[in-house]
Amino acid sequence: MIRRIVRFLDQRSGTAPLLRKTLRYVFPDHWSFLLGEVALYCFVLLVLTGVYLTFFFDDSVARMTYHGSYAPLDGATMTHAYASVLHISFDVKAGLLIRQTHHWAANVFVAAIVLHLLRIFFTGAFRKPRDLTYLLGLGMLMLALLEGYAGYSLADDLLSGMGLAIGYSVAMSIPFVGANLANLIWDGPFPGSSSFWPRLFIVHVLVLPVLIGGLLAAHLVLVASRHHTQFKRSARESERRVVGIPAFPGQAPRSIGLMLWVFAVLFLLGGLVQINPVWLWGPYHVGDATNGAQPDWYLGWLIGALRLVPGFDLTIGHYTLVPNPFWGGVLFPALVFGVLLVWPWLERRVAGDDAFHNLLERPRDNPWRTAIGVAIVTWVFLIFVSGSADRVDVLFGLDYATQIWVYRVAVWVVPLVALFVTKRVCDELVAGERRD
Amino acid sequence: MTRLKDWVTAGLVLVVGRGGAPKPKQEAPRIVAAGTPDRHAENVVILLFLLATIAGAAFIVVYALDRLSHQTQWLGLAIGAAFALLALASTVIAHRLVVTEEITEDYPEESPAAQDEIEQIVEESGSRFTRKRLVTVAGVGALGTIGAALLAPAASLGPILHTGELYRTPWRRGRRLVDEGGRALTADEIEEGTFYTAYPEGADRELIAAPIVVVRLPLAEIRERKEWAPRGIVAYSKICTHAGCAVALYRKPTFAAVEPRPALVCPCHYSTFDPAAGGAVLFGPAGRPLPQLPLSVDRTGHLRAAGTFSGPVGPSWWGVRMGKARS
Repeated sequence: MIRRIVRFLDQRSGTAPLLRKTLRYVFPDHWSFLLGEVALYCFVLLVLTGVYLTFFFDDSVARMTYHGSYAPLDGATMTHAYASVLHISFDVKAGLLIRQTHHWAANVFVAAIVLHLLRIFFTGAFRKPRDLTYLLGLGMLMLALLEGYAGYSLADDLLSGMGLAIGYSVAMSIPFVGANLANLIWDGPFPGSSSFWPRLFIVHVLVLPVLIGGLLAAHLVLVASRHHTQFKRSARESERRVVGIPAFPGQAPRSIGLMLWVFAVLFLLGGLVQINPVWLWGPYHVGDATNGAQPDWYLGWLIGALRLVPGFDLTIGHYTLVPNPFWGGVLFPALVFGVLLVWPWLERRVAGDDAFHNLLERPRDNPWRTAIGVAIVTWVFLIFVSGSADRVDVLFGLDYATQIWVYRVAVWVVPLVALFVTKRVCDELVAGERRD
Repeated sequence: MTRLKDWVTAGLVLVVGRGGAPKPKQEAPRIVAAGTPDRHAENVVILLFLLATIAGAAFIVVYALDRLSHQTQWLGLAIGAAFALLALASTVIAHRLVVTEEITEDYPEESPAAQDEIEQIVEESGSRFTRKRLVTVAGVGALGTIGAALLAPAASLGPILHTGELYRTPWRRGRRLVDEGGRALTADEIEEGTFYTAYPEGADRELIAAPIVVVRLPLAEIRERKEWAPRGIVAYSKICTHAGCAVALYRKPTFAAVEPRPALVCPCHYSTFDPAAGGAVLFGPAGRPLPQLPLSVDRTGHLRAAGTFSGPVGPSWWGVRMGKARS
C-alpha cells in the first residue's frame, strides 16, 4: 500500500528522493526550539477560525437600530459591523467559541513570536547564515502586530473605536505627510467614510494574512535549507555537523503532539475564559469613551509609551510641526524595531566576525550582547508596565501622576542598571565555569 | 459441515487479516533504529484515541442541542478535551512507541563554482550590448515611471491633498446645544460638579468636531475668556487634542480645599485639561489646549454656540494652525 502511494507520487512528480531525504531531516532537540512552532500552529488555527468568522461578519458601518437577542443593547444605534459581531456571539451556534478562540490564538500567536525572538536573540541564532531568516521573522512580528490591531478594530465596539482614534492620531502625527496619509487611509477626517471599514476588513482577512503566509513560507524554506542551529552538548555537535532526531519517525509525533496541545489549550481558553466581551463595551460613537481602557497585551508597550511621553509638541509660532503621538507611537517602535533589524550587521561589524555560525551561544557566552539585550527588554517591559498605571491607580489607590513620574525616571535608570548587572552576572558565570 | 468450517475459516482469515503466514522476504538492513515493543504504551494510546473519539462525539452532541445553558463552555471543553487527548496520545507515541534515535548530517555549504557560473552566464548574456549604462538608465526610468503610474490611482482612496477638511466643524454662531436624546439644553439645568455631553442641533454626531463637554464652574473661578462662559457654563470639544479619544472623565474635587482643581481627563492617555483656564493642559501628553466653544444663553434660556472653537478640533498634524476652527 505504502509502496503504491509512493510509486504513484514519484512517477508523477519525481519527488521520492526529496521525500526520502525529508523523512530523515535532522532536528536538533532543545525545549526552546518549539516556540516558533507554537506561533506557526497559532497561525494555522487563526486562519481556520478566521475563515469561519468571515462567513458571518458584515463589514458595513451603515447605522441600524439593534433589536437582537442581547437585550441590554435593545434599541441602541450601532453599525452593521458591530451588530454582526453580537450576532456571532449570541446567535450563531459555536460562534462565540470560535470568536474567543480566534482572539486567544491572536494573543498567544504574538506572545510565541516574541518569546521565539528572545530565544533567537540571546542564543545568537540570528548570525550568518541565518540573518535573512531573522529579518523575515521580524517582518512577521511587525505584520502580526498590525494584523491583531486590525482584527480587534473590526468589531467596532467602543474599545475598537478608541483604538482606531489613537491609530488615526498616530498616523496624523507623522512629519510632512501625516494628515495626507490619514486622509488617504480613512477617506477623510476621522472616523472616515463608509469605505474605511471594507478596507480594514480586506487588510485583515486577505492582505496581511497573505503577507504573513508568504514570509512564513520563505522563513521555513530558509530554516530547512540551512538546517537548524544547535547547542554544543557533546563532542559530536560541531559547526559542520548537525546532530538530532530524524523528522520521521522521531520528530513527527512530537511536532504533531505540540500542534494538538496548542489547539487544545486555545480551544479550552476560547470556551472557558472570556475575552473581549464586546457586548459589555457597547457600540462606538465619536463622542464616547470608557475609563480603564486597555488594548490587547501586545499593544501595551505602545499605549505605555504614549502615556509616558511628557506633553510637548514640536512647534513654530502658531503652527505645530510634530505632534506628541509621534514620539510614543512612531519613534519609539521604530527605534526598537530599527535596533532589532540592524543588530546582526551591527554585531558583525563591531565584533569583526564574518564567519558562519551553526552552534548556538549560551547567553553568558556573549556578555555584551546579553547585557544590551536585557537592557532593551527591560526598557520596553517597563514602558509596557507603565501602560497599566491607571489600573494600578484604581486597584491599589496609587496616584496615577506620581506613578507616571516614577516611570519617566525608571525607564532610563533601570535598564542601565540591568545592563551592568547582566554583564557582571555573565562574566561571573563564565569565570565560575573556568574555576570548576 | 466441512463446508461450514471452510467458510468460518475463510471469514476469520478475512477479518483477522492475512498476516498469519508472512511471505519470506529479503530483509534489507534497517534504516530506522530497532526498538522493543511496548504493549502497555500501545494500550494507553488506544484508550486515548477512544476517549478522544468520545470527546469529539460529545462536541457534536453539545452542538446539536438547543437551549443548553453554558453551551460555549461545554463546546470548548469538549473540543479542547478531544485535542488534549489526541495530543497526549501523540506524546506517548513520540516517547514510548517510536524510537528516539540520534542521527547526524553535515550542514550545507555554499557553492562557489555555481556562483561563478551564474555570474558568468549573466555577464556573457549581455555581451552584445555596447552601451550598458545608458540602456540600464533608460530601462530603470521606464519601469520606475510605470510603477509610479500603477501607484497613482491609490490617490483615489481619499482626499489626499485636501487637508483643509480637518478644520471643519458643524458648530457655528447661534447653533443650539442638544443632549444625546436630541433635546435642547437650557442654562438652568447645567449644574456644578458634573459634566454633560452635547451635540450641535441638527448635525451629524459622528463628525469628530461635533461632540462637546459642558461643565459649570463658579464664575469667580474662571480665569480665561469669561465672556465665553455665561453664568460660569463653559464648553469644550470632547475630542482630546492628543490622540482623538473622547474626554470622558471629569475630575470633581470632593474636598475642594485639599484636592486639585476640577479637570477634564481623557481616559486613553490621561491628558488633563483645565476647564477654568481655556482648556490648558495640566498633565499628560497633550501638546495643546482643548478647543473651547464660546457659549451664549438665548431669551428662552437655551444654550447656543456664540461662535466657533478656539482652535482646530482633534489630534494635531504637521502644519496645523492654532487659530480658530472653520465653520
